[in-house]
Amino acid sequence: MARIIVVTSGKGGVGKTTTSAAIAMGLAKKGHKTAVIDFDVGLRNLDLIMGCERRVVYDFVNVINGEASLRQALIKDKRCNQLFILPASQTRDKDALTKEGVGKVLDDLSKDFKYIVCDSPAGIERGANLAMYFADDAFVVTNPEVSSVRDSDRMLGILASKSRRAEEGKEAIKEYLLLSRYSPKRVKLGEMLSVDDVQDILSLHLLGVIPESRSVLNASNSGTPVILDEESNAGQAYADVVARYLGEDIPHRFVNEEKKGLFGKLFRSK
Amino acid sequence: MIFLNRNVIIQPITSTKNFPMSTDAETPTYTKSALEFKSSSFSVPVLVLYSTELKQIQHQLKEKISQAPEFFKNSPLLIDLKNCNDHEQLIDLAALIEFLHHIKLFPIGISGGSDTQNITAHKLHIPVHNIHGVQSASKAPEKNEPNNTPIKANDETGKLLENKLISQPVRSGQRIYAKGDLIILSHVSAGAEIMAEGNIHVYGALRGRALAGVLGDTESRIFCTILQAELVSIAGHYKTSEEFNKVDQDQPTQIFLQDQALIINNL
Repeated sequence: MARIIVVTSGKGGVGKTTTSAAIAMGLAKKGHKTAVIDFDVGLRNLDLIMGCERRVVYDFVNVINGEASLRQALIKDKRCNQLFILPASQTRDKDALTKEGVGKVLDDLSKDFKYIVCDSPAGIERGANLAMYFADDAFVVTNPEVSSVRDSDRMLGILASKSRRAEEGKEAIKEYLLLSRYSPKRVKLGEMLSVDDVQDILSLHLLGVIPESRSVLNASNSGTPVILDEESNAGQAYADVVARYLGEDIPHRFVNEEKKGLFGKLFRSK
Repeated sequence: MIFLNRNVIIQPITSTKNFPMSTDAETPTYTKSALEFKSSSFSVPVLVLYSTELKQIQHQLKEKISQAPEFFKNSPLLIDLKNCNDHEQLIDLAALIEFLHHIKLFPIGISGGSDTQNITAHKLHIPVHNIHGVQSASKAPEKNEPNNTPIKANDETGKLLENKLISQPVRSGQRIYAKGDLIILSHVSAGAEIMAEGNIHVYGALRGRALAGVLGDTESRIFCTILQAELVSIAGHYKTSEEFNKVDQDQPTQIFLQDQALIINNL
């Protein structure tokens, strides 16, 4: 049985798709067969971030409607043979997703894959609800600012009450916090909430802090998940996140402003 | 014999047909509606009988009324016969009603009566209600709410309390309602709403809205470890965070009602 991970946030633009692409690639690179599904029907983006937009033939909605098989719709990543992408439909809307249809696709994928990453759309409507409904684990992506934190809090309430696990009375979804676009410098200036501020409100297991980084935009533009950019802070932070999720005990990085001494250390380690 | 206050709901008539009024052609046609049916809810004392001894009932009833004569003067009354009928004791309903009229009480219905009693009631133009059936139906949907543990307890007045214990954080957008006291072992996020008919205890930061004594219990209080609430209310008297008096918000705090004013102070 596969472990189903939903990457969610409530608010838009916080880095859900970037995170989905990065952790899916990270898990696959660790040797786990992973599928990543774009639930943002109508606003398809994951294929761009993964750099496979020109290879999309069939999509998620085609599979749900029985117009294509899973095998036909899944796109195998060219960089990692353990990673498969199921793109969203750009021409349909979220009503095309049904609970039964999504459940069947996830069941079929579960037989063959170790991890299934569901990239949730923003909002708390149909697409987002279906993306999280079947989940075992939830990565809640939050930016260190009040509106994002509140939306994440709302999403956590929905995760606790409206998922399949909640409805069947099973063990609750495991929730993890991923704090993205974090800038220790701006936290110090009081322009941004600190990790502690966010934790005070959300009290979740912190899986990682992703620093604000130019490499994220560059990676998106070039269609390469940022985790593959091993030079960048963000890439390393995502690698840590994947390792921590798989049970490794790694101290948190990028939480405090880098001191000059540390810079030297980083250069030496290369 | 006890008195209970129960809400009685008068259902509107939903039929779209007109009432069969006079079809006489001479009847003037009214353009304005002279009447309308509405649904309304109000409290009525319920007289619960445990005995069929008319003499005993008369004696005790007079005694009760003498304690609060103004309250009972011309009061409507619902007679609950279920308890004595359960013990197969059938009361002389006609005699009872005559006595009630005599002491200036207006029976507006019976509940839990036997078939013969119901027929007697109809003959006396007393409606037949079923408060026991309504009660159990309104309690049923409570059960499918997740993550709560209702604790049932009887206080000395015989009122059923249903306390609720929540050990998870209450997230933004969630609403929690307790029929008794509400105890939260974690924090309550901004945008969440917690309500209780009794007291509210929050062993964490209270950042959302907290409403205690929602059915009007002015004795109920709110307690929290850290007060950062958006709004607090006791028995309908509320204050928003802007109006909070200066207290140390990081210290345990209690909120209670004194002379119609909401008092917030550190414990």
